[in-house]
Amino acid sequence: MNDPLRNEYDVVGRPTPKKDGILKALGRAEYADDISMPGMLHGKLLRSPHPHARIVRIDISRAQALPGVRAVVTGKDFPGVKYGNLPQTRDYLPLAIDTVRYIGEEVAAVAAIDEDTAEEALDLIEVEYEPLAAVFDPEQAMLPGAPLVHDNATANVSAQVAFEFGEVDKAFSRADYVREDVYETQPVKQGMLEPHACVGQWDNSGKITLWSCKMSPYVVWRQLAMGLGVELGSVRVVQTVVGGGFSGGKQEAMPMDFCAVMLSRKTGRPVKIVHTMDEVLTIGHMRHPMKISLRTGTDKNGRILAQHCKMIANGGAYSSIGGFSMYLAGAMLNIPYRIPNIRYEAKRVYTNNGFCGALRGHTNTQICFARDSQLELIAADLGVDPIEIRHRNALQPGDETSNGFRIGTFAFDECIDRVVQLSGWREKRGKLPKYRGIGFGCGSHISGARLMGHSASAAEIRVQEDGTVHLSTGSTDVGQGADTVLSMIAAEVLGVEVNDVRFALVDSDSTPVDPGTFGSRVTFFTGNAVKRAAEDARRQLAEIAGQRMKANPDDLVFRGREIISRRDDRQRMSLKDAVRWGAFQTGRLVISHGTYAAGDEKIDFRTGHGNLSPAYNPSACAVEVEVDPETGQVKVVGFWGADDSGFPLNPLAVKGQVIGATVMSFGHALYETLVRIDGKVMNPSFRDYKMPLTTDVPKLTDFQHSNVITWEPEGPFGAKEAGQGAGTGVIAALANAIYDATGVRLNSLPLSPDRIRFAIKQKYETERAGKESPVAAE
Amino acid sequence: MKNLLPISLRVNGETHDVLVPPWRTLLEVLREHLGLTGAKRSCQEGQCGTCTVLIDGKAVNSCLYLAVEAQGKDIQTIEGLATGGNLDQIQKSFVQKGGIQCGFCTPGFVLATKSLLNENPNPSEDDIRTAMVGHLCRCTGYVQIIEAIQDAASQLKHESGN
Ligand code: FES
Ligand code: FES
Repeated sequence: MNDPLRNEYDVVGRPTPKKDGILKALGRAEYADDISMPGMLHGKLLRSPHPHARIVRIDISRAQALPGVRAVVTGKDFPGVKYGNLPQTRDYLPLAIDTVRYIGEEVAAVAAIDEDTAEEALDLIEVEYEPLAAVFDPEQAMLPGAPLVHDNATANVSAQVAFEFGEVDKAFSRADYVREDVYETQPVKQGMLEPHACVGQWDNSGKITLWSCKMSPYVVWRQLAMGLGVELGSVRVVQTVVGGGFSGGKQEAMPMDFCAVMLSRKTGRPVKIVHTMDEVLTIGHMRHPMKISLRTGTDKNGRILAQHCKMIANGGAYSSIGGFSMYLAGAMLNIPYRIPNIRYEAKRVYTNNGFCGALRGHTNTQICFARDSQLELIAADLGVDPIEIRHRNALQPGDETSNGFRIGTFAFDECIDRVVQLSGWREKRGKLPKYRGIGFGCGSHISGARLMGHSASAAEIRVQEDGTVHLSTGSTDVGQGADTVLSMIAAEVLGVEVNDVRFALVDSDSTPVDPGTFGSRVTFFTGNAVKRAAEDARRQLAEIAGQRMKANPDDLVFRGREIISRRDDRQRMSLKDAVRWGAFQTGRLVISHGTYAAGDEKIDFRTGHGNLSPAYNPSACAVEVEVDPETGQVKVVGFWGADDSGFPLNPLAVKGQVIGATVMSFGHALYETLVRIDGKVMNPSFRDYKMPLTTDVPKLTDFQHSNVITWEPEGPFGAKEAGQGAGTGVIAALANAIYDATGVRLNSLPLSPDRIRFAIKQKYETERAGKESPVAAE
Repeated sequence: MKNLLPISLRVNGETHDVLVPPWRTLLEVLREHLGLTGAKRSCQEGQCGTCTVLIDGKAVNSCLYLAVEAQGKDIQTIEGLATGGNLDQIQKSFVQKGGIQCGFCTPGFVLATKSLLNENPNPSEDDIRTAMVGHLCRCTGYVQIIEAIQDAASQLKHESGN
């Protein structure tokens, strides 16, 4: 085995610029909205203005008569088959047929010669609605007599999960210390800059093609076939360059996708639909807002004995991946701390809001906010140092968690220490000037998940006669650098340069089937598949070269685009000559494939027991803030993070991932929320939905991240996840830093100026009144 | 029929005569009429900077700029930055320093950098942050973008021998 600390590799482990960077820098990368086809029409969607209503009648005649309009579709044009992620939660239609369940739900679509005309036609579609009683708050939605969002969901419960690991009651009865706190998180959006966009084509032969910016094109492929009621083989999904995803609508088929192909069927022309940012921010797909009640029992030294988590998630009008989200939040209670006894009760509730699903850090972010906020309070109450309490509870390599996660490499203690040292924690904590504070937070994440449905990854390689390598996978580059890291893996195995490898975008007609990009699975799962495919190609090449060079294939090494005999390095041939000789003289083509399925372990989703991921990544961070007591404004002045991503295959990309995840968490902690009144999003614009700007991140010298390098035996070349875990502890760190700076603790997100200002004022007034009791806002 | 206006635009040194409705933005005309899709359409209200082009060397949001107003001006889009197939130094720095992930914000940032360095070849970190405040990037967390801009500034300074 190579020593990762002394990089003996030619390709992996070296900072490598993103392969598609040049095309993107030139402005020549083709995103879905950049596609233009002869005769192409433009589509627009009509959305419900009501949070809950029955559709009595839709009259499209005036819209159809508008010059320039080519077709109008409504729900009745589709077969009425519901689609969705999990078999038990398929509740979504391409267009609403008789009921709309949230403001923004799609009810009709128009194709016209240009967007202006399509937009104008939307105004001419007459929809008669019969408004129904609506419900927006999940707790009210569960009360008897509450309006039902879906008739078949009793008490509006869309998914319900209850787990018990260990002996919870017994453990609580043994505890020296118990506390319970309630935390609330808000609806936040993915916030990618590229709005959803697609081009649909339904040709005369019945072939249905969708070009779209999808992270998981094969999920879309299946859902399209499902909702259109056609055979899978007639559907083709072609991935365009993805302008940011972070899960959500780019993970699944959306009404726009169905409408684009159906409008194409009606018109015989390709139809493009692009959401406006207003639409993106109004419609579904966002992080689940959660109310998390967390009860924790510890011994007198702060060792956690048991946790009981009750969670209610506001799921919005549809399920998306929400059923899985409820499992996941409970699973995430098990990392990165040792919690021997866990009880978890979660309900995801339908309401008449935009629906929720996955978003970077999927449910883990919310759980980490609650847990690491509370841990700080426990430490304070017990007089245990806040760093020490984390060490005391840290999971260790070789542990098995109470739900059956098997922890392999896990340098959590080292991450904590690294952050303490980088941040100057000991010199700062409790020693900073008034209204300046520093807080600590920890997180963790999976390296891909073993799912009930499609889990395994596959890769195909063809080595061409010029020595270049054509790599195709079903995973997508969404900006995270899959194109580069997967190419690096292939290049390392085959002894070529990264630029010799061509990475294909997904096309369901030609690339191998794969679940896609989510759950930090690509480098790990697809990376392993690529490694195996490359090893198979290398084996084939060694046989060809061995025959040609009269050498034993086992003696051949691949380096510098050459195949060289280990026994006598004068015996060598170029890779391309081997490919040519094989193809021309012996008829052997170098075509290989590899798969990775993460073993045959299974999760029992009813009990929650099982080893979800082949590897886990711990992280820790400290953040320093300055709070303006007059305005409640928080300035992040310093951030220091560390995580164990195994062996970072492309340090340049890993840095980009962890910093990107971190800053996204700044936004989710401090600024972002969808402001909703009776289901109506009041801030569907980047003017009012505030995401972090260049001026919101600390100075470069005070913004540091460090990789604690381990070697994960199951990962490709020792790698683990990098894109999500690093962001999960950030929100609690900010809440803890604000507490350190001001003495006020906020349990609801976002930690916005108005809340902070109000809490400071309240604290001040309480103190002036001479009361001693601590103040918590909300 | 729509009320169409003949206008003439000089883009990346070439003159284009097009017939457009008078309310068309420069972004729409560049993308739909001239096939220059490097400027991206995102918020369409001046909040994100993905649609940035240079007008007489200054970065503007082309989604807020009417095409008719751009007549007689020198318009530069991302497609016009590389010369003879070679990346401009700013583009190179963005690629090398990891300033590009999904790339949707990249053309805007690159052109805004061009505009910044035209005015201030020696920007401090704060100058860079202030100049880029109208540009969102959801992927990078800005660190590698700022590093790319610093790198471009120092490489260009080096080139020009100052
Ligand atoms: S699209 Fe012009 S600023 Fe956002
Ligand atoms: S690289 Fe994706 S938005 Fe900046």
